[in-house]
Amino acid sequence: MKTNPYLPQPLKVLSVTPQTAIDWTFRLAADFTPGYGQFLELSLPGLGEAPISISDFGDGWLDLTIRKVGRVTDAVFNLQPGDMIYARGPYGKGFDPEHYMDNNLLVVAGGTGLAPVKSLISYFNSNRHEIQGFDLILGFKSPADILFHNEIEAWRTDADVILTVDNGVKEWNGNTGVVTKYIDSFDFRSGVTNAIVVGPPLMMKFSTLSLLERGIPEERITVSFERKMSCGIGKCGHCKIDETYVCLEGPVFNYAKAKKLLD
Amino acid sequence: MRGFTLTILGFDFMNKKMTSTEFAQVLKTLSLDYRLCGPKLYPGQGAFSDTDLAGYGEITALDQLYLDGKTYFSPKECIFPIRETLFYFRGDEPVPPAVDLRPMIIFLRPCDINGIKRLDTIFLKNGDEQDYYYARRRNAVKFFLLECREGFDSCFCVSMKANKTDDYACALRFEPDSVSINIKDPEFNAAFDEGKDIHPFLEFVKENRTKVTVPDLAATATEEVFQHELWQEYTSRCIACGRCNTSCITCSCFTMQDVKYDRNGELSERRRVWAGCHVDGFTDMAGGHSFRKKNGDRMRFKTMHKINDFYRRFGKHMCVGCGRCDDVCPEYISFSACINKLERIVKELPHEN
Repeated sequence: MKTNPYLPQPLKVLSVTPQTAIDWTFRLAADFTPGYGQFLELSLPGLGEAPISISDFGDGWLDLTIRKVGRVTDAVFNLQPGDMIYARGPYGKGFDPEHYMDNNLLVVAGGTGLAPVKSLISYFNSNRHEIQGFDLILGFKSPADILFHNEIEAWRTDADVILTVDNGVKEWNGNTGVVTKYIDSFDFRSGVTNAIVVGPPLMMKFSTLSLLERGIPEERITVSFERKMSCGIGKCGHCKIDETYVCLEGPVFNYAKAKKLLD
Repeated sequence: MRGFTLTILGFDFMNKKMTSTEFAQVLKTLSLDYRLCGPKLYPGQGAFSDTDLAGYGEITALDQLYLDGKTYFSPKECIFPIRETLFYFRGDEPVPPAVDLRPMIIFLRPCDINGIKRLDTIFLKNGDEQDYYYARRRNAVKFFLLECREGFDSCFCVSMKANKTDDYACALRFEPDSVSINIKDPEFNAAFDEGKDIHPFLEFVKENRTKVTVPDLAATATEEVFQHELWQEYTSRCIACGRCNTSCITCSCFTMQDVKYDRNGELSERRRVWAGCHVDGFTDMAGGHSFRKKNGDRMRFKTMHKINDFYRRFGKHMCVGCGRCDDVCPEYISFSACINKLERIVKELPHEN
């Protein structure tokens, strides 16, 4: 009998860590090691399935940072440590650390877009010698929307971090404005710089344009796409753009390829 | 006595002829070992009062086969049901349902066999994983080709090179009182043994009334064509009902859907249901983002998939020219006309270099 790729396996919730009011990180016990930037089809029986990117992983566990925005994710927020959740995957082509080695790395992430690239940032944070300059430009809507506070502070020891919010509030003393503002004024390091851009569609579009304007060649830019992957294995058609299936060839793409993907 | 046989690659293709009554008897016998699925009429279910709907479904006798026209729905539902249960959750274990996997004979025209080959490509060859549910039904299928020499008004299978096929177990020519059978699969030699040996007879459509010229692949996949005003026409005409998707033999998209049977959620089902790129919600993501909000953009997306993208990925056009989308559109949008319009536009665009 052939294997059935649609059957999910139960994974135990190990811990639940609220990041913001609506973005929580669920740590699950897992006996497999995903790639950086891959995703799972997460599900709860009777409620549905949703593609969720893996925000980090380690020995025997993986993290999913989930925004409460729909039928499935609403119910996920009721889970407690010890509860079971279902998943299949991991799916998709993620970030290849080799691609960035020995050069400068600049990561530009907006909002929940930080989640799919977080495991790669963690990797280079632990293996700092593998790249030259390490810069992060992280944008969120407001201070209350900032994800991974503790991790961001920890990254500051090994990376130069520009943390900015679109809308500042009284108590916020940090940077304000959209990420493109900081790309436009970014002091690029000498040598070759690779850039990664992940975030909402408009943020990705304008960030990429800014990077190109600042002289980063197309093939040095990596992006990660968000699409509705219903099956994750190239059958359901929801994530198709041109002749490309985002769930198979992506969600991580080199921009030289991604720029040709017209919806 | 072997009579006239044609040997190709070591296989004997037998050609037989028998009376309709004898053929009906053969079908009756075959129905003991095979489920028979073919074009049939659903009385009173047509769009207008007192009209019938022609679709695919299980048949038990020859006189149920509807051979005079084209079916509104394609035979894809025989192997890719409109909704299919993937598994039931009972407690914490997902349990796939047992389905009827007895061998199935599907009676269909050449375009539809070629269409099912396109479904095979998506479900069995796209990506590393085979679609378990499609594969288990598909593996049980034998094709009985319905010879199609004329086609219908909206057909353009010849233009799409989908008018011919040699992928069948048996091919049938129906005449008023007799049936000619070309037998390719030796499994059926015995069933038609009583028939009279005849010369090879099978023909395919040579020319359709509707013709299309598929535009050049590279010249069409450009930003200029994507932004072309051609698509605006469809934004005003298309009502996103998705009939073109549901009637298409090659549309294979689906969406996962969970259903809860009890309040506690202890018994539930995950199924997949057909989805269509013209229908609202196809690209909706949690949180509100979506793509191709205008219906014209969806027409462009479908057109590119059918006559451009699929070819660039798999080396064949997805569209087989069955023309069902033209037959069923409530806004009288013609896909064949769209292909031809696109071809003229692409040809007139200034070429680089």
